[in-house]
Amino acid sequence: MELIFEQSVPGRTGISLPAIDVPEEEIESLIPAEYLRQEPPGLPEVSEVEAARHFTRLSRRNFGVDTGFYPLGSCTMKYNPKVNEDMARLNGFARIHPYQSADTVQGCLELLYHMDRCLSELTGMARVSLQPAAGAHGELTGLMMIKAYHENRGEGHRKKIIVPDSSHGTNPASAQMAGLEIVEIKSGKNGRVDLEELRKTVDGQVAGIMLTNPNTLGIFESDIREIADIVHSAGGLLYNDGANANAILGISTPGDMGFDVVHLNLHKSFAAPHGGGGPGSGPVGVKERLTPFLPKPLVEIKEDGSYYLEYNRPLSIGKVKSYYGNFGVVVKAYAYILAMGPEGLRRVAEDAVLNANFLMKKLKEYYDLPYDQVCKHEFVLSGARQKEKGVNTEDIAKRLLDYGYHPPTVYFPLIVKEALMIEPTETENLETLERFIDAMIRIATEVEQEPEKVRLAPHTTVVGRLDAVKAARKPALIWKS
Amino acid sequence: MYPYLPVTSEERRRMLETVGVESIEELFVDIPSVVRCKGRLNLPGPLSEMEMVRHMKALAGKNKNLDDYACFLGAGAYDHYVPSIINHILLRQEFYTAYTPYQPEVSQGTLQAIFEYQTMICELTGMEVSNASVYDGASALAEAVAMACQATRRGEVMLSRTVHPEAREVVKTYSRFSGVSIKELGCQNGLTGLREAEERINDQISAIVVQNPNYFGALEDLTKFAELAHRHKALLIVSADPIALGLLKPPGETGADIVVGEGQTLGNSLSFGGPYFGFMATTEKLMRRLPGRIVGQTTDSEGNRGFILTLQAREQHIRREKATSNICSNQALCALAATVYLTVLGKKGLRRVAELCLQKAHYTYRSLLETGKFAPTFTAPFFKEFAVTSQEDTAVVNARLMENKIIGGYPLDRDYPELKNSLLVAVTESRTRDEIDRLVKYSVITK
Repeated sequence: MELIFEQSVPGRTGISLPAIDVPEEEIESLIPAEYLRQEPPGLPEVSEVEAARHFTRLSRRNFGVDTGFYPLGSCTMKYNPKVNEDMARLNGFARIHPYQSADTVQGCLELLYHMDRCLSELTGMARVSLQPAAGAHGELTGLMMIKAYHENRGEGHRKKIIVPDSSHGTNPASAQMAGLEIVEIKSGKNGRVDLEELRKTVDGQVAGIMLTNPNTLGIFESDIREIADIVHSAGGLLYNDGANANAILGISTPGDMGFDVVHLNLHKSFAAPHGGGGPGSGPVGVKERLTPFLPKPLVEIKEDGSYYLEYNRPLSIGKVKSYYGNFGVVVKAYAYILAMGPEGLRRVAEDAVLNANFLMKKLKEYYDLPYDQVCKHEFVLSGARQKEKGVNTEDIAKRLLDYGYHPPTVYFPLIVKEALMIEPTETENLETLERFIDAMIRIATEVEQEPEKVRLAPHTTVVGRLDAVKAARKPALIWKS
Repeated sequence: MYPYLPVTSEERRRMLETVGVESIEELFVDIPSVVRCKGRLNLPGPLSEMEMVRHMKALAGKNKNLDDYACFLGAGAYDHYVPSIINHILLRQEFYTAYTPYQPEVSQGTLQAIFEYQTMICELTGMEVSNASVYDGASALAEAVAMACQATRRGEVMLSRTVHPEAREVVKTYSRFSGVSIKELGCQNGLTGLREAEERINDQISAIVVQNPNYFGALEDLTKFAELAHRHKALLIVSADPIALGLLKPPGETGADIVVGEGQTLGNSLSFGGPYFGFMATTEKLMRRLPGRIVGQTTDSEGNRGFILTLQAREQHIRREKATSNICSNQALCALAATVYLTVLGKKGLRRVAELCLQKAHYTYRSLLETGKFAPTFTAPFFKEFAVTSQEDTAVVNARLMENKIIGGYPLDRDYPELKNSLLVAVTESRTRDEIDRLVKYSVITK
């Protein structure tokens, strides 16, 4: 498809701007000539019609949740309620400047305050900061607080952070950015943290452990309280990567499990859309002893019931982002929580887990299932059996595109060969699940009978399989005329 | 019943049967009772859609919004006009409900839009490579500092005090934990102290960081800072306002090595501080140190042009603890808004918006000074924002403006105690002459 630059015709424009209604001065008299641009930036020149058609055509080359089933493991691609988009766009939320005085933004502050209360309740934490812009950002914030906590206690030597080999890739990267040293531990045969391994690893240098629960295999770490005891008794703290919170909403809280810090992904469990890669929102909650370290400001309430931004937080790690977080995303998630209520959120977890177990049960006959036990909201299949026939997991993923499905997460977690991580979410109906099962079975049959067809997939998409090596070897990252 | 949950009780029963369990409870046997929620969570709801909308509108109604108030408040977030088409494109579900484009064959829309975005950012900044966005301008600056330290293998940074205070705070937070040492550069007449920089630079400094137009709206002499940095084998990091780049020389032409900035001004609503996006661009030389996602052009097996996430060896899911950054989700939809914005404005429109800002800001400045109640805080040239010192307490001025449906400037002494009674006034193309004249009038009326 043509790029917008290739459609440009000199003289066209997509905007009408008002005339200057104030007395004008020569630009050079206002700005020194050497500061001025000689050539205008090479932006396209198109009318609004062309812009509208271009971006609409582009949109039709994309797959969204409303387009179809999106069982991308650990990403929780649930339906994004339409009304929430309207709520975030209310003038009283969208047309508010972040530096307006507190008395003119009481509605925004009240919403943030109540969202902190809601998420604290859902996670079993004392306070939640809504400042982090995404899950990985929440991780970084949480780890900084853990480090600040130890430093404040005169234990700044605690720099080791334990991370299981099944963890999300952001975990070790966040730890590195927070100046921590990563110690990887291997998962046990049952897909869970090996307690013996953990006991051997913890010592007086440990700042903490990062865990996802349920973990990236879709398995609940049933020994979580023992894990907490082991880490706590060594003086470390527990960080919960809340990416998989969808499976436990209303059923269990990270606080009860013994976690000290947790982040949530509002764009996952709380139905705010992913936007093609953001904006997200990664609020981070902490137990009481860590609240002094939360980023500033926090929204507090005065005796007269008015809300204000509290910046006077001497032990705070500071700020990790301008202003107060991705407020517009928080509005959507708050609207979702209000619509669902406590029973609704518990129902979310139940149905997400039911849908996942239903899919797992139906598919395990056709694909290898390395960890055969009750799963939570997602499970991991292996395409090892198909690989023996010369068809790898990527081929299976691409073939699913032909059947009209977004593929599952592939090749993650790294500890499962030819991994296919499937997360149906609670918003899919039985008919969709059954049709997806049929497609997966048909692909398994194709692998037996006509493997070439799968190997060369996709056959129906707007472009075929793309050459990733070429893209990386000779990077073409911008359009050149 | 819940409108977002399609599974009925009857279906639930059948599905449980298929799974081979008696009840939903059995699917949670692996969660020990000691970690189970006891009783009902203390949360609001459930509310019907009507009730929820009423509640949210009541909350929104407690805020004073910019459709009812003329806004002269800037300080990093600006009331630029957002063309209607942008929201319509953003609400295409294929864009807003999609995930990160990991499957390029069904994500060409997002991928091509990012490729176009990268091109536009490079055109604006005069750089060679751009990523697909980061969280906001402040985190972009923090990432740039980390990148400069990795590239130069040096551990100190000179950060101008005229950089946005919140961005400086974010840089300091990131640096405190990664071990980078921040040296703050003072300012004179609202500009970064060049002589001070010359005196203090040494071979441990990885980068000089300046903002242009800076926090006070004033224009820095980037060329001089680039020369100084390069003379000491350090980098120049520039944080820029992309609207200003419609008129100003691209930082790349002045010698910048990394250019970042807040992208809110490009077609994104103010939204009480977010979501915005940070842009980040650099030279080909530093390409592989750029954090975050990058889209590249390639071909499929039949030679068709297509786009794909590339250079992923830098990223967290491949390199894990050796990644250049942990950024995963970025602000793709906000970057899409910017792409549509820059498309409809085009080559001439962006310049026109910049000219409108410039002329209106200078008219406002002159008019305020003519009242005799305001003095220039600085004399450096400025773009769309400037500082003036009031004879009156700024809180009194702003309160009076608010009564007259005007949101006044930002009191600078909150971040710069020495600038008592100084107001930072921002004037975008959205402000009319009538609004400006009212600002001037109510700024000086005394009771």
